[in-house]
Amino acid sequence: MGKTTTSASISTGLAKLGHKTVVIDFDVGLRNLDLIMNCERRVVYDFVNVIQGEASLNQALIKDKRVETLYILPASQTREKEALTKEGVEKVINELSERFDYIVCDSPAGIEHGALMALYYADEAIVVTNPEVSSVRDSDRILGILQSKSRRAEMGQDPVKEHLLLTRYNPDRVEKGEMLSVADVEEILAIPLLGVIPESQIVLNASNQGVPVILEEESDAGQAYEDAVARLLGEEREHRFMSSQKKGFFSRMFKGG
Amino acid sequence: MTDTAASGVTQCFQLKSASVSMTALELYFFEESEFEQTLRDKINQAPGFFKDIPLIISLEKYEGLSSELDFFKIIGTCRRHNIHVIGVRGGNDDQRRLARGAALALLPGGSQRDRDISEPAVDATDSNASSVAAAPNKAQTGSPGHTEPGEPVPARIVSQPVRSGQQVYAPEGDLIILASVQAGAEVLAAGNVHVYGPLRGRALAGIHGAEHARVFCQSLEAELVSIAGHYKISEDLQDNGWKTAVQIQLKDDLLVVTPLDKG
Repeated sequence: MGKTTTSASISTGLAKLGHKTVVIDFDVGLRNLDLIMNCERRVVYDFVNVIQGEASLNQALIKDKRVETLYILPASQTREKEALTKEGVEKVINELSERFDYIVCDSPAGIEHGALMALYYADEAIVVTNPEVSSVRDSDRILGILQSKSRRAEMGQDPVKEHLLLTRYNPDRVEKGEMLSVADVEEILAIPLLGVIPESQIVLNASNQGVPVILEEESDAGQAYEDAVARLLGEEREHRFMSSQKKGFFSRMFKGG
Repeated sequence: MTDTAASGVTQCFQLKSASVSMTALELYFFEESEFEQTLRDKINQAPGFFKDIPLIISLEKYEGLSSELDFFKIIGTCRRHNIHVIGVRGGNDDQRRLARGAALALLPGGSQRDRDISEPAVDATDSNASSVAAAPNKAQTGSPGHTEPGEPVPARIVSQPVRSGQQVYAPEGDLIILASVQAGAEVLAAGNVHVYGPLRGRALAGIHGAEHARVFCQSLEAELVSIAGHYKISEDLQDNGWKTAVQIQLKDDLLVVTPLDKG
């Protein structure tokens, strides 16, 4: 669906703009944020170690090699996901919030424990959806949970601010009726659109090479993520990459795909 | 908001009040083969809907002999069709004793719609009837003629979309949703249900039996609409008023969909 790709790019994007940012992988047992961030060889301690007091935050945080103000808190590969307790997560998030401007929580798929823990302390949520009916339906479910099970909901505070990010968008397939359009998805979910990331080989290549897509500054997907980060920070930017561009012979020759 | 135990103390469980809308099987008489045949026919009309649902047997209109009432056979037949009989509603003492013998829960006679017309006053024996029909005596709030002096029951108003997996319940009065009801969501009210947005999920009006309750929506795209237990599923709603503004009401035990713009 693109949650981890998105977490990697959004956190990198925020850090690139000079904000102190940490990204936490909540997908215990299936960690892959560290792969996409290309730091899997440097993982010693993880999120669960910190929660259980076996390591300090400083020992577990991994400093990104490309962007100065970015840190990664990897998930555990071996523990049970129940190791994430509300109290433990709260302690870690409180500690992190003293040092960082932004804490990005990469949620696992589904509506199980890990996802609930990732969203519980959220102030803002980016719901990543693909333009297909089942994915949109799942997003609707998670939006409902955000509004009923998050700490903000339980405490009766202002609701979690919601953003919609549409990934793997392919305007050609939308035109053929094989995918939902941006308008369709917006109409169904009725939350503000943060960005539309076009479907692209570059996204795949970037994750395989351990480079957050947003660092591929020439690519349309990279620029779309950059726009999304700017909008997240309150800037108004026009949405791009939403209609199909007919490629001329030469541009196809020289740019490939 | 739930009533949580003192922090730090972990209890094995806590009890919460729950209101669940359920399907009732209104039994007129019991004959095993005919029962199974009718059940099979009903299930074939909407196979997905009946899978693993809880069912209560309503004995209020039962006209057969009590001795013919074989709950073990009823339970067994339902079981074979993946329906779980959990209790009986109404019935006389003999019938309720039989039900008890078959390990069924005994629910108070909840159907107010027959009684309400003749005697709208509160029936004293019903005062302990609280668990299933939370406020049966106020079920008729929609009709002005029945409103008791004093304040009308306020409608419950929801301004956020009701998302998939969420349930919004108005146990006494009307329910007004100012946004969409998404696919996989469920809205229930003792009175009318108003949806000022697309109705894509399930809407149940008159859940305590108020037959005059109606469902109103800006765009009918529902999975299911029910009024006082009479329901239509998406498939049966497609032909009339689909994706337009409509109201749905009960006329002669049938759900009738009429467009809103034509009055």
